[in-house]
Amino acid sequence: MALPRLSATDLACRRGERLLFRGLSLDLGPGEACHVIGANGIGKSSLIRILAGLLRPFAGTVSREGSVSLLDERHALDPQVELGTALAFWRGLDGGEAPLDRLGLQELLDVPVRFLSTGQKKRAALARLVAQGAPIWLLDEPLNGLDTGGVALVEGLIAEHLAGGGLAVIASHQPLAANAHPLALAEFIP
Amino acid sequence: MILALLRRDLATLLPGGRRGGTLLPLLFFLAVAMLYPFAVGPDPKLLAKTGGGVVWVAALLAAILPLERLVAADLEAGVFDQLALRGVAEELAMTSRLLAHWLAFAPLLLVATLPATALLGLSGETVRTLLLGLLAGTPGLAAIGLAIAALTASLRGGAALAGLMVIPLAVPILIFGAGALARPDPAALAFTAAISLGLCALAPFAAGAAVRAAREG
Repeated sequence: MALPRLSATDLACRRGERLLFRGLSLDLGPGEACHVIGANGIGKSSLIRILAGLLRPFAGTVSREGSVSLLDERHALDPQVELGTALAFWRGLDGGEAPLDRLGLQELLDVPVRFLSTGQKKRAALARLVAQGAPIWLLDEPLNGLDTGGVALVEGLIAEHLAGGGLAVIASHQPLAANAHPLALAEFIP
Repeated sequence: MILALLRRDLATLLPGGRRGGTLLPLLFFLAVAMLYPFAVGPDPKLLAKTGGGVVWVAALLAAILPLERLVAADLEAGVFDQLALRGVAEELAMTSRLLAHWLAFAPLLLVATLPATALLGLSGETVRTLLLGLLAGTPGLAAIGLAIAALTASLRGGAALAGLMVIPLAVPILIFGAGALARPDPAALAFTAAISLGLCALAPFAAGAAVRAAREG
């Protein structure tokens, strides 16, 4: 398998009439991570979506080698069905096994997703992310809504992912213990 | 891949499915057929002459009801984003959605047509033409509905707008489908089916493009 790589050159992002950032470049290889920091509304989520290929950059290019998985505030789990069924749909597409025990989800599998708390939904989304088994992780505020145990868990998962040759871009306003290059978006405001 | 999508879409859209309320269009359809004789009077000749057209209009309106959550819920939940990351084209997801949408409302609508025509006192010949016409026309209605649902999914008040937008687009199906009743002529039915097939071929592309555009918005 080719080594994963994620690089972006001279990215600019415009939302509406406002240029959020410009001249942003990054290049990540296996085992590397980047922690995007900045105030609310500075364009962290937009950057993640541009890197995922879901949003067209205003300028610049993104190149990805390896499949991408995304974790953001939209969990893509059907609210009306049990968690087990909701996760089974994605497992049907991805084929991987999620570490349900570790994420504390084993007892929740027969609970409809709409009854889960914010943190439990986040854990479920993490289960989907891990099961996807993609080498490139794009995480938008992965720590939101998690308790201290959950935060440690996410940091452990990220560290394992990097140790396994994956790479990650993490947008978060919270400090991360993981060994990641900080990228302050404030430096790229025009 | 498409089987997994279709299974999820069917589980969501079929009556008794996850988003519930899918029997409502049918009840609505039957209610219109039931109200019509009260509104125009119980003259059997008048009912036999106009009843088929009323069933068509009721079917069209019933097809609009499920549009509200057809695409919008998954768009909000980020399902299409996650599918795109897995290399599933929006067009493929929309093809599966179109099939599931048609299966969820059309077969039951055809069954409900029997009591509806009984209420209106339509003759056996008319009922046959009506059923064939609906069979030919409902895929087209589903296709228009899907494309419009995708276009309006990210708008506020999208559901009401969707209803307004579907009606003019459904006029050709209505003209030929209901026209077959006035003049028993298989050509009109064939034309309805042709329009339906054309719409079914176009709708996944239109809806897929709409989902992509909503992402940029």
